[in-house]
Amino acid sequence: MKFTTMSTVKSVIAENLVKTYDKGKVTALNGLSLDVEEGTVLGVLGPNGAGKTTTVRILATLLTPDSGHATVAGIDVIKDPDKVREVIGLSGQYAAVDETLTGWDNLVMFSRLYHLSPSAAKKRAEELLEQFSLTEAARRPIRTYSGGMRRRLDLAASLIVRPKILFLDEPTTGLDPRGRQEMWGVIDGLVKDGTTLLLTTQYLEEADQLADDIAVIDHGTVIARGTSDQLKRQVGGERLEIIAESQDLQKVTEIVEKVSGGKAAVDQGSRQVSAPVTTGSKALIEAARSLDDAGIHPLDIGLKRPSLDDVFIALTGHVAEEKKEEEIVDPRARRKKKKK
Amino acid sequence: MMTSISDSLVITKRQLLQLIRIPEVLIFSTIQPVMFVLLFRYVFGGSISTGIPGVDYVQLLMPGIFVQTVAFTLAGTAVGLAEDMQKGLIDRFRSLPISRSAVVFGRTLGDGALNIVVLTVMGLAGYLVGWRPSSGFLNVLLGFGFLLLFGFSMAWVGVLIGLSVRSARVANAAVFIAVFPLTFLSNAFAPTTGMPKALQYFAEWNPVSTMVAGCRELFGLQNIFGVTANSWPSQNPLQMSLIYMVIIMAIFIPLSVRKYINTASK
Ligand SMILES: Nc1ncnc2c1ncn2[C@@H]1O[C@H](COP(=O)(O)OP(=O)(O)OP(=O)(O)O)[C@@H](O)[C@H]1O
Ligand SMILES: [Mg+2]
Repeated sequence: MKFTTMSTVKSVIAENLVKTYDKGKVTALNGLSLDVEEGTVLGVLGPNGAGKTTTVRILATLLTPDSGHATVAGIDVIKDPDKVREVIGLSGQYAAVDETLTGWDNLVMFSRLYHLSPSAAKKRAEELLEQFSLTEAARRPIRTYSGGMRRRLDLAASLIVRPKILFLDEPTTGLDPRGRQEMWGVIDGLVKDGTTLLLTTQYLEEADQLADDIAVIDHGTVIARGTSDQLKRQVGGERLEIIAESQDLQKVTEIVEKVSGGKAAVDQGSRQVSAPVTTGSKALIEAARSLDDAGIHPLDIGLKRPSLDDVFIALTGHVAEEKKEEEIVDPRARRKKKKK
Repeated sequence: MMTSISDSLVITKRQLLQLIRIPEVLIFSTIQPVMFVLLFRYVFGGSISTGIPGVDYVQLLMPGIFVQTVAFTLAGTAVGLAEDMQKGLIDRFRSLPISRSAVVFGRTLGDGALNIVVLTVMGLAGYLVGWRPSSGFLNVLLGFGFLLLFGFSMAWVGVLIGLSVRSARVANAAVFIAVFPLTFLSNAFAPTTGMPKALQYFAEWNPVSTMVAGCRELFGLQNIFGVTANSWPSQNPLQMSLIYMVIIMAIFIPLSVRKYINTASK
């Protein structure tokens, strides 16, 4: 066999997906393309209604696109959905477990549906409950669980057969900071074990934290793609920012302009001088040295990189909206919202 | 094939587990028909004459109430599936590597099985208020088998309704509107002879009537409430009922399975 230079395998490929609802009146996806390299995490970042869920549902074989093409683990999701289902795990936007049953009942049931033997199903349920710190709540009906517990159980149910490829639709929406941290820990563990992950989120911080690669989507298409560093650079590079006493501002401005080689922005109110720089930490050191030589002690000095929030605003022209807590537990709230 | 049966049974088991976790559901789904037995027995029982010496109203009433109850099986099916869909469970099931008919088959089997409990309790309640089938144990058993099969076929109608409506509440209302008139425009509770001519014909061909008449036969009674004409269904209620059930299943099983495969959560 000939050696090829292509060293990466794409676990997920979507090409030009188009999906409309309500007989073409609502365009959810408008030629969306993305791919996920094996063993990596792709964060799909987008505001409400961007098409995240629709994308996930198509890739997880729950929905057929109007046009376009997609493969998961090399299998065509439209032609061979049954085979795709054997290699994926899915945890949807809203916890989809049987509320009247206990956590234990649910995991045993789903294990049986993955064709584990009765004893293997029980063993797996036990393991997962342990892994997700739900052992104590195992015998309680899900309806008594908190939002975070539900979410964890839902994720556990999608991990029964240790899928190679996992789709998580907004796994932390509606969780409190602690719940989110816990979920991130769990997801990190999965990724370390080599799971390929496609994760949607509205939280810029989350994409930054978990994803190797980020696809920003809006109105059903990918509007930017890259690592979080690349995206930040695309919006504009780093800025050198110095805050100093008022009487020093004049001198500080001179130093900043010398280091950056451009014009500095001065904000008298916050006593901040800033300018774009291209040399990174070198610029920072140089500025610090010059300030020291001039006998100026700045109140604060730093390199500020644009946050993903800045990226989002620059790319979409609007801020990513955050959702309200109640929406994850009650799908009806969402339906009301959508009707408007 | 084997896995598809065992997948279905897992779904059925889930439903039975639900009944154990929330026993109220089972309690209320048996109280209601028992209440009907008592109400009809004591409210109308005194004023409706069977016209046959030695046969009181309760003998005719029980088959009617049995059929009405199993006809309403589809309510549970429709509401249950609509709820599963609303909660996203159907989505999850559809993302699993299970046979495409397992979820709906499991569901109809479970709802059919629930009828065993309900019919047993009703039969006992009937016995307490004077119901005495005179046809022998085997025939009575056959009658109940007939009722279970009818419930099972009606459940498939429920699958289609449950997967088609937007919410569980709509499912409930839709079922009620469809089934309630059907059970009353029949020979279940009163003779059809008192109805306007057009309704009489409807009542005579109504599957509920043929089921009721068939059960009366199996429980050892003449079907005296449906003899307005010498039509084939009133002459051969058992055969006609079987034909109806086959037709219902032949139409609704493929439609329901297809609906399940193509459905998307709302
Ligand atoms: N079943 C449906 N019927 C009609 N329109 C729909 C349906 N599902 C989604 N849409 C529309 O398609 C678009 C994309 O929806 P999608 O659910 O994929 O967005 P999303 O990025 O997941 O949003 P969110 O962050 O709110 O979950 C939206 O405009 C939405 O209103
Ligand atoms: Mg979504």
